[in-house]
Amino acid sequence: MAVLELDAVSGGYGETEILHNVSMTVEAGEIVVIIGPNGAGKSTAMKSVFGLLNLTAGRLLLDGDDITGTGPEKVVRLGVCYVPQTENIFPNLTVHENLEMGAYLRNDDYSGRLDEMYALFPPLAAKRRQPAGTLSGGQRQMVAMGKALMLEPKILLLDEPTAGLSPKFRGEIFRVVRDINKAGTPILMVEQNAKQALSIADRGYVLVDGKNRIDDTGKKLLANKEVAEMFLGGGKKTKS
Amino acid sequence: MMDFLSFYLIPGIVLGSIYALGAIGVSLTFGILRFANFAHGEIMTLGAYVTLTLIQLTGWHPVVLLPAAMVVVSIVTLGVDRYFYKPFRTSPVIIVVIASFGMMLMIRSVTQFVWGVQLQAFVPGVQRPLIFFEALRISPRHMIIVGCALVLMAVEHWLLTYTMIGKAMRAMSDSPELARLTGINTEMVIKATWIVGASAATAAGVFLAYDSHVDTMMGFQILLPVFAATILGGIGRPYGAMAGGLVIGLAEELSAYPWIGSEPLLSPGYKAGVAFAIMVAMLIWRPSGLFRGRVF
Repeated sequence: MAVLELDAVSGGYGETEILHNVSMTVEAGEIVVIIGPNGAGKSTAMKSVFGLLNLTAGRLLLDGDDITGTGPEKVVRLGVCYVPQTENIFPNLTVHENLEMGAYLRNDDYSGRLDEMYALFPPLAAKRRQPAGTLSGGQRQMVAMGKALMLEPKILLLDEPTAGLSPKFRGEIFRVVRDINKAGTPILMVEQNAKQALSIADRGYVLVDGKNRIDDTGKKLLANKEVAEMFLGGGKKTKS
Repeated sequence: MMDFLSFYLIPGIVLGSIYALGAIGVSLTFGILRFANFAHGEIMTLGAYVTLTLIQLTGWHPVVLLPAAMVVVSIVTLGVDRYFYKPFRTSPVIIVVIASFGMMLMIRSVTQFVWGVQLQAFVPGVQRPLIFFEALRISPRHMIIVGCALVLMAVEHWLLTYTMIGKAMRAMSDSPELARLTGINTEMVIKATWIVGASAATAAGVFLAYDSHVDTMMGFQILLPVFAATILGGIGRPYGAMAGGLVIGLAEELSAYPWIGSEPLLSPGYKAGVAFAIMVAMLIWRPSGLFRGRVF
């Protein structure tokens, strides 16, 4: 059974429909990447899971349970954690306080989980008393992911985690994403840096104009001619 | 020199402490609920009147009765939020601001209806100041006010820095949307904000009344300097609000000191103008305040 399934989802913000009949699944232990041109509805597809969208058709399933129409506060409780692309940390709180806020819903002792996060993101350990807003872009992203992981979610949703980062940090974030996944958390991720993202992904979905275009394994998508032309710099300057 | 300390500096610190307590609530409400609460002055007034009634019932000292008054005013404020502000939670800010203006008029009218409009005092009679070093005169009232204000500010600091709900308040002030996505119970945080804001406002009202008298316009009269203190400290910055309160209080009192010649630099009648001038200057040159608050 899939951890997360979007079953023929249509919807958008207000009256505008952005997603048309989009389906995708994330199985246990997988990294799944959504790629596609700007405005294809990649982030929108992800937000639909989090109850931030008006759905006009389709169902959302978490571990087989229908979660369609559940608000963001409840979806978090059910074990879905979402890292938005921007404004994903509390800049005036320290790194440590950000992680504590991530554990806000936990009533048990989460000190062990805190230690795991500092082990997973070593640069944060030295800066735990520093306001998160003073960190570099890559480290902020680590705080955002660490915060989301505090709840030990069933699935982690990442919206363009490497947007605006230098190539060096990009590589580091992709490494971290793989580490998080190896530790057992399935990941659904939207990415602009398609090449790097597909190379760590088990599977990928290509969205165009709010519709499923292609879905295949990461490797096959990398080798796919159409995908190469669209995103991997076929004829254009390579980004990553 | 002793005159300067006794009649300008110390009253300035006392007034500043009162402004600081008022500004904490305005700053928190602005940071977390994102609107300038015009009814905040009336919360201070209400705090003073509730304490007045408790004094008449028990005969105890106002400072002893302060916690009880805080509880009563907090309950009233939570009720107002539940039935008055909550339906506006997703409305544009300007609507909530105007609504708070209406709330201000309503609370004031109720206060006037229940307690009347004549001036009243907590403790009748004049208190003799204590004299230190033969010339430094400090009223025991002033020492109590400043001491209690410092304790309350320390409690506020502890709350925001070391408790989960305080950290959640700061988190929500940073980004309400992310707080929701993180699973923070935002309605609970809003309740905590009203309780902390109303308690600090009650203290401000009680200290102001303890230093002078109780009347139905007292809170509204210090609302402008309290707003000025909030802006000076940086909107949504409770520590800034405390510092801003002290600066405004001192500026108002010290502006009347005869710095040049023997006449007051500014006639005491212009005190409110000093706060207003500081507020306008800050809004023009440094709208984020001394502590880099939010700019809208």
